[in-house]
Amino acid sequence: MKTIRASIIGFGAVGRGVAKVLLDKRDYLRSIGIDLKVIAIADSRTAVVDSQGVDLASALSRKKETGAVGSDTISGTEIIRTVDHELVIETTPTNIETGGVGLVNMMAAFERGMDVVTSNKGPLALKYGEVMAAAKSSGSHCRFEATVGGAMPVINLACDVLAGNRMISMEGIFNGTCNYILSRMMEEQAPYEQMLAEAQELGIAEKDPSYDVEGIDTASKLVIVANSIFGMNVSYKDVTVTGITRITPEALSLANADGFAIKLIGEVNDSNINVAPKLVPLSHPLAVGGTLNVFSVQTDLAGPITITGRGAGSIETASAILSDIIGIYRN
Amino acid sequence: MRVSMDLELKDIPGQLVLALKPVSEFKGNLISVVHHHEKKTPRGKIPVHLVFEIKSDHLDNIISLLEESGISVVSVDEKRYLEHGAVILIGHIVHTDIKDTIDKIDNTGYAEVVDLNLAMPRINRPSSASLKIDAVSKQHMSAAIELLKSIAKEKDLLVIEPICVN
Ligand SMILES: NC(=O)c1ccc[n+]([C@@H]2O[C@H](COP(=O)([O-])OP(=O)(O)OC[C@H]3O[C@@H](n4cnc5c(N)ncnc54)[C@H](OP(=O)(O)O)[C@@H]3O)[C@@H](O)[C@H]2O)c1
Repeated sequence: MKTIRASIIGFGAVGRGVAKVLLDKRDYLRSIGIDLKVIAIADSRTAVVDSQGVDLASALSRKKETGAVGSDTISGTEIIRTVDHELVIETTPTNIETGGVGLVNMMAAFERGMDVVTSNKGPLALKYGEVMAAAKSSGSHCRFEATVGGAMPVINLACDVLAGNRMISMEGIFNGTCNYILSRMMEEQAPYEQMLAEAQELGIAEKDPSYDVEGIDTASKLVIVANSIFGMNVSYKDVTVTGITRITPEALSLANADGFAIKLIGEVNDSNINVAPKLVPLSHPLAVGGTLNVFSVQTDLAGPITITGRGAGSIETASAILSDIIGIYRN
Repeated sequence: MRVSMDLELKDIPGQLVLALKPVSEFKGNLISVVHHHEKKTPRGKIPVHLVFEIKSDHLDNIISLLEESGISVVSVDEKRYLEHGAVILIGHIVHTDIKDTIDKIDNTGYAEVVDLNLAMPRINRPSSASLKIDAVSKQHMSAAIELLKSIAKEKDLLVIEPICVN
């Protein structure tokens, strides 16, 4: 049995999902030789640290009741710098301008030779090369399945399961919020603003939806895909991005009459990385509705492979984080 | 490719069937037949205009078969539009001179706007349109869509093109 001491930095939807999943899967993890002990959890203002292992159930209920995970005032970054552990589970908010605290945390972890599993797109979409070089030079693992497509296996599918294949191109729907809005606009023949408001009401879209609807989120995910799967060296600024804010219900009907849906499609191939609304034949595997995500990858040996799944959600994203953790420590 | 052909038939029964037979024999896709009964030629023949799609290597066979059965082939015009594409436009489509947009595609010689559906919800609101484009080949279709995108950029229109279907 290997004991892995871990911190969870960021205790929002995803961080809490991770705590729940770790509670749920404790016995399973033990059965495959992993004893995962969370020794610290931090949110934006507070923290709980216990080298004997934080009680995850009470941390979850404390966060729910008081809004604070602990009573310590040590920051997440200080935890990484000063508390001994092997794994940092980084689930702080994405910042696509600077990389935010996530970038600081990841670099701090690598400085101390710790492994990182993250759902935070910012650092990787902005500075993929630097981050991976830092991980490599300190012998750290850095895994980030959860950054692209939530529960859908994208990175690990391409890098592990399809190992040996050359990836020719990838295209798909990587943002559930946009997919929801476009699907509902078609169903209701309603304008963009109205269906955005509905999505916000349902908690599917953020109060400030620009990150999703302008295509920035999709672009960040594509950059991570391009760098990690296609071996490119690109950053967010290399992507041409068009969002969905100009789409009209009339355009959706006209497309429908010709046998097409309109979807916000991200695509990567050797010549370009592009996010734009596209016409997708109604019978095509990429024409999924609701908040679903989907992608197709073209490979030289296996041909096309298409995966559909939930691109976001607390437990769904935690599932991707768990698979990364197991991927690192199983052997 | 798409072929438009002018034939002259003898004015006796069964000639039209005879004229269409070679097209179907080579699995052509008949698009239109116009029979100009009223325009008899001085030699007493009846002009017929055919439009059909056919694999290009079969065209010569069709012409020989027609001539063998005594039908005169007066003219053959190949319009090789093999690719059919659709795009959606959003923006002030009419006010930015829709005719100019279409002409620029048609003037390429390799692509043509063959259908347009326009939806204008209200004055001052952006309109939406679906455009069908025919082009000579896949490459020409991409070129036509690129051209349309550059026109759209000038006119601040959004072009929604199909995904590449593999
Ligand atoms: N939600 C999803 O379905 C999903 C899917 C894939 C990827 N992601 C990514 O996963 C990350 C987390 O998403 P989320 O939905 O869990 O976000 P969230 O609900 O907003 O949670 C963010 C958490 O980070 C904490 N935090 C903020 N600044 C911090 C700091 N400086 N140090 C430590 N903690 C800090 C917040 O603290 P407070 O609780 O005190 O505010 C909160 O607990 C984001 O990068 C997101 O893009 C999310």
